[in-house]
Amino acid sequence: MLSVENFGASYGAAQILYDLSLQVGRGEVVALMGRNGAGKTTTMKAIMGLMAQSTGKIRFDGHDISGKQPYEIARLGLGFTPEDRRIFSDLTVLENLDIGRQPPRKFSDGVPAPVWTEEKLLALFPNLGEMPNRPGGRMSGGEQQMLTVARTLMGNPLLMLLDEPSEGVAPLIVELMANTILELKKAGVSILLSEQNVHFAELVSDRAYVLEKGQIQWNGTMAELAENIDIQRAYLTV
Amino acid sequence: MSFNAFLFQALNGLSAASGLFFVAAGLSLIFGVTRIVNIAHGSLYMIGTYIAYSIATKVGGAVGFWGGIVLTALLVALIGAAIEILLLRRIYKAPELFQLLATFALVLVINDATLWIWGPEDLLGPRAPGLTGSIEVLGRRLPTYDIFLIFVGPFVLWMLHLALAKTRFGRLMRAATQDREMVGALGVNQAMLFTGVFALGALLAGLGGALQIAREPATLATDLIVIGDAFVVVVVGGMGSISGAYLAAVIIAEVKALCIGLGVVNFGGFTVNFSKLTLVAEFLVMAAVLIARPYGLLGREQVAVRSVAEPEEPLRPATAATKIAGLILLVVLVCLPLIAKNSPYTLVLGIDVLIAVLFATSLHFIMGPGGMHSFGHAAYFGLGAYGAALLVKWFAAPMGLALAAAPVLALFGALLFGWFAVRLSGVYLAMLTLAFAQIVWAAVFQWETLTGGSNGVLGVWPSAPFDSRGAFYFLTLALAVLGVFLLRKFLFAPFGYAMRAGRDSPLRAEAIGLDVKRVHWLAFAIAGAVCGIAGGLFAFAKGSISPETIGVSRSIDGLVMVLLGGIQTLTGPIVGASVYAVLQDFMMRSTEYWRALLGGIILLLVLAFPSGIVGGFVKLISRRKTTSKAAS
Repeated sequence: MLSVENFGASYGAAQILYDLSLQVGRGEVVALMGRNGAGKTTTMKAIMGLMAQSTGKIRFDGHDISGKQPYEIARLGLGFTPEDRRIFSDLTVLENLDIGRQPPRKFSDGVPAPVWTEEKLLALFPNLGEMPNRPGGRMSGGEQQMLTVARTLMGNPLLMLLDEPSEGVAPLIVELMANTILELKKAGVSILLSEQNVHFAELVSDRAYVLEKGQIQWNGTMAELAENIDIQRAYLTV
Repeated sequence: MSFNAFLFQALNGLSAASGLFFVAAGLSLIFGVTRIVNIAHGSLYMIGTYIAYSIATKVGGAVGFWGGIVLTALLVALIGAAIEILLLRRIYKAPELFQLLATFALVLVINDATLWIWGPEDLLGPRAPGLTGSIEVLGRRLPTYDIFLIFVGPFVLWMLHLALAKTRFGRLMRAATQDREMVGALGVNQAMLFTGVFALGALLAGLGGALQIAREPATLATDLIVIGDAFVVVVVGGMGSISGAYLAAVIIAEVKALCIGLGVVNFGGFTVNFSKLTLVAEFLVMAAVLIARPYGLLGREQVAVRSVAEPEEPLRPATAATKIAGLILLVVLVCLPLIAKNSPYTLVLGIDVLIAVLFATSLHFIMGPGGMHSFGHAAYFGLGAYGAALLVKWFAAPMGLALAAAPVLALFGALLFGWFAVRLSGVYLAMLTLAFAQIVWAAVFQWETLTGGSNGVLGVWPSAPFDSRGAFYFLTLALAVLGVFLLRKFLFAPFGYAMRAGRDSPLRAEAIGLDVKRVHWLAFAIAGAVCGIAGGLFAFAKGSISPETIGVSRSIDGLVMVLLGGIQTLTGPIVGASVYAVLQDFMMRSTEYWRALLGGIILLLVLAFPSGIVGGFVKLISRRKTTSKAAS
């Protein structure tokens, strides 16, 4: 579905990612694990075409997307949910959803991808359903987190880049996020999520990559990582 | 003035507010979504007046007039879209102010194109068919067309509101105003959005222009007057707020109308001529609003724009090569009087260029390392020039004293204005500095008894031993070198580091104990003082000084020089000022259409060197270095 090869990215003179390679298969949930500053967000942004300087090859659903504009990448069915949510605070919940709207799409083999509508999403996130006309700026962090996920789903993505969905939200919302990810997986959406928390990742992911100092240090199944205390101690726990 | 007359003037103000609102709304929308300060928006308005005039007179009748207004708006929208597609789209990744330079070049080109197509005469359009009469209001006759205009403004405001709230394009515009990168990541093609916004903004400007032809003649001076007014309206109302733009347009039009209405008023012995205040009224309103509400009446604090440009390179001390080049240049400049023995004009141009260099370098000092984009640097130039000239005129002061007074007066001006200006940032700071410069200009223009008004101060000639051209050239050279050197010294002293720290990260700079506002305030004052020297030299070089030499165009010239050279290098303003001064001089002497030529050259430079001339060379060299490194 998504394959990243020998990927590097820099900001100004500072190189942030080195020779990074990773794959996400169709219908898979893959966790990108690492501490703050390891390069998780940069990886997500670079895949989405949001980093000015990057090298290497990225393929998505049969297309070469390296060097493409963010909107072109999004239109191929790659959804991006940023860590800082980036809700349009002047726009209402429904208006925010409308900005993300894209036509229904198919996988390259002709299988139709799951289609999302406002009704479906407001049912999936009942909190949002209670405040369709509230401006994004007057929502809590957890509500904004739901909205940013819902907004990305309005584009009917084949694969979602989910940057730190459990960060800075209440335990109840974390649980909701985990359930949502499993729902999405069931619907056939692939997910690459970045995460610091092993327990959260364990709940939802099939496989994991561990990132530190802009390089992949380890990869394997989520179950292996959950048992490997040494790797966790070296790269994850604070 | 009776109460009825007062109300009547207020109605007049309302009809004037509509036209102002159209331009300002377009400017505001474009800025909100694309972050481009479109200086050429007044030019689009001007084109609107000319096109509407042509259609109304060629086709004639109601169809020509009313149909012409609609057609004009659509044509100007097309022109706006073309500008976005052909020019601006290529430079979105350049630093923000570079786009401003490009739109300024457009102002020059459009003005000359209009001159070429329609000629220099003012063109008075026909009266509006169906609305030629007038009705009696409060005992006076008010043209029905004015009443029509009073209603058109709020109607368009309402339509815009509906469009922004109810259409997908409107929602996308609002979203992009906040975070255009995120809009792109959600699959929206920004290029289409930007073209659309530009077309819409241009449509409004064209509509505003077309509606004016029944009231005022189409003239070539419209572009800069309108853009000045529109800026004031947008800033007073709050950037990006359409309702704010209407409110501000009404307030400013009302204040102006009332100033005219009040005329000469006697306040217990003091007579104040309010009609003379019209020139400066809007700028007084703007200054007051910005000091009380830094983001305009209905505006909100600007969200930090997620910049698409690459991070800036830090300033580095001069390399050996730069030092040697500088030394050679200095030797050539010292020898210039010998080289140019047979062409005295070379020295005149040399003096002009040196003054321009001093002017641009002082502006760069606050713009580049200070990050404060002053749009009103002419104020300190003017204070220096008038300070020196008035000392000579009223006290017959010797040149030495007058030249010494120039930076002092400019320093006081900069201390006063800078205190307010450093409390703002970005476009708001730019506009407040512009307002202060306009206030200085208007004071000089109106205070005839002191400054000679529009005639200026004459007979400010250098005294011995500098009364020969060569000697004055050396004096200018010495002061210019001294000024540039001094500013450089400041930049590589701890004070300069503090300035740059405050520019790059005000919060962190404050956290390590720097008083950022104070540092920037002092920088503002230093730049003002050095600029004052340039002004003083200018007065003596020309033998006279008049208000027009210290107007908006001088401030804009300074900006162009700094941006042309490249804002992030210290040699940039020197190169930019020299290139611009020589180009301008050469072209003004060689063709009637020098503006278009100059604008065309600026456009080429902008497209070829998106980081300025010097910045472009620096990049070229560093790229060569990295490739040779990679090869070895």
